[in-house]
Amino acid sequence: MFRNQYDTDVTTWSPAGRLFQVEYAMEAVKQGSAAIGLRSKTHIVLGCVNKANSELSSHQKKIFKVDDHIGVAIAGLTADGRVLSRYMRNECINYSFTYESPLPVGRLVVQLADKAQVCTQRSWKRPYGVGLLVAGLDESGAHLYYNCPSGNYFEYQAFAIGSRSQAAKTYLERRFKNFSDSSRDNLVKDALMAIRETLQGETLKSSICTVAVVGVGEPFHILDQETVQQMIDAFEIVGEQEGPAAEPDAAAAAAAGQEAAAADQGGSTEEGVAPMDI
Amino acid sequence: MPKQQANWSPYDNNGGSCVAVAGADYCVIAADTRMSTGYIILTRDYSKICKLADKCVMASSGFQADVKALQKHLAARHLIYQHQHSKQMSCPAMAQLLSNTLYYKRFFPYYSFNVLGGLDNEGKGCVFTYDAVGSYEKVGYSSQGSGSTLIMPFLDNQLKSPSPLLLPVQDAVTPLAEAEAVDLVKTVFASASERDIYTGDKLEIVVINADGIRREYMDLRKD
Repeated sequence: MFRNQYDTDVTTWSPAGRLFQVEYAMEAVKQGSAAIGLRSKTHIVLGCVNKANSELSSHQKKIFKVDDHIGVAIAGLTADGRVLSRYMRNECINYSFTYESPLPVGRLVVQLADKAQVCTQRSWKRPYGVGLLVAGLDESGAHLYYNCPSGNYFEYQAFAIGSRSQAAKTYLERRFKNFSDSSRDNLVKDALMAIRETLQGETLKSSICTVAVVGVGEPFHILDQETVQQMIDAFEIVGEQEGPAAEPDAAAAAAAGQEAAAADQGGSTEEGVAPMDI
Repeated sequence: MPKQQANWSPYDNNGGSCVAVAGADYCVIAADTRMSTGYIILTRDYSKICKLADKCVMASSGFQADVKALQKHLAARHLIYQHQHSKQMSCPAMAQLLSNTLYYKRFFPYYSFNVLGGLDNEGKGCVFTYDAVGSYEKVGYSSQGSGSTLIMPFLDNQLKSPSPLLLPVQDAVTPLAEAEAVDLVKTVFASASERDIYTGDKLEIVVINADGIRREYMDLRKD
């Protein structure tokens, strides 16, 4: 009701104790095309949907390598995301230079969050309009964080952001308990299935999605189109229906008939999914 | 009061020699592994060679603290380049970057005498030789360091090609085969170790060719 009066400046509080400009920035994230992330004990997979403005143009880059052990997927204003990626890369390089060791992920996300917070408390700035899924591996294990425009950050087992991300989140919520011990390949398959959920019926092809992996003994890299297409073909043959039936390499058996049984209680992840809204 | 001289120097010379030789499809970069200060040997096992990019290796003698700082600086700049261009730096590009980096500290130089070796974009061997403030030149072979006065004349004798000012322009790279070039480098260091007290202990040889990078070691005189 009073939104319009108190939403001009980021430095103006509303009577209800909200900063509308920050909330509007979070809306921008929801408008961007989907990005998802999931992790096991040893690997983290990032995936995103490539949205091109028109058939004539190329799609925007949404996944960035930050360092050998850290990568980031963004949703929202990609220009803001690009700038923040450059900042993250610089921080990693400077830390490596000084300490001859990789920057711990937890430190990086705090620095990123503090940088975002600054923009919520300066009248001449605006909040960054981009949400970042930061995937990284350090001495304390595999991590997946989500950084908000508000300056908050949370750690997740799996998460999805951007438009139609709720469909992916529902899929991930059903399956996340298995991710911890999942094999790398099964993790990638789960990521592809989660991406497929956001497509609402559109066929999943390697040309409309991008997948990246980082893990123990595997520096961050984006999988090339053929590899992704092969993986898509591998599991699409198996399960046309939404359920994961038997998978070709059932070793990790992350799939085996989880639909009805598992985690239907607890719609929220262990890490405490904070709502996108404040 | 007469003008005071500094009784402390920010620099030291850790000695040692470096050599690089370019071939048609390979490049040999070599340096001894002795690190000394004055008449004291600090260690017999210190590498002066650093891989800067996939096809680009640098060997530096002089003040190793400055060399280390320079190597780290170039490695960081290379990372930034890779992030921005999604590919490795070529050897000629790295050569220019090294020159600019050295000149940046024109008035408090890196006490580092470098030779850069690698393959250019066409896969041909290239060697670049530098002074401490970044003046550089693409050559077919070069040596730097305490033994360079002994080594360079010998290389000139074995490898020298007509001046590039003479027409038609002749290739600076040596027509020698890779194995012959490696042998030549071993000979050269064995000779330098005889008379240069700062060169010796062990020789580290790095060879870059189309198959990648390979490393070899040879013992030198330890006295």
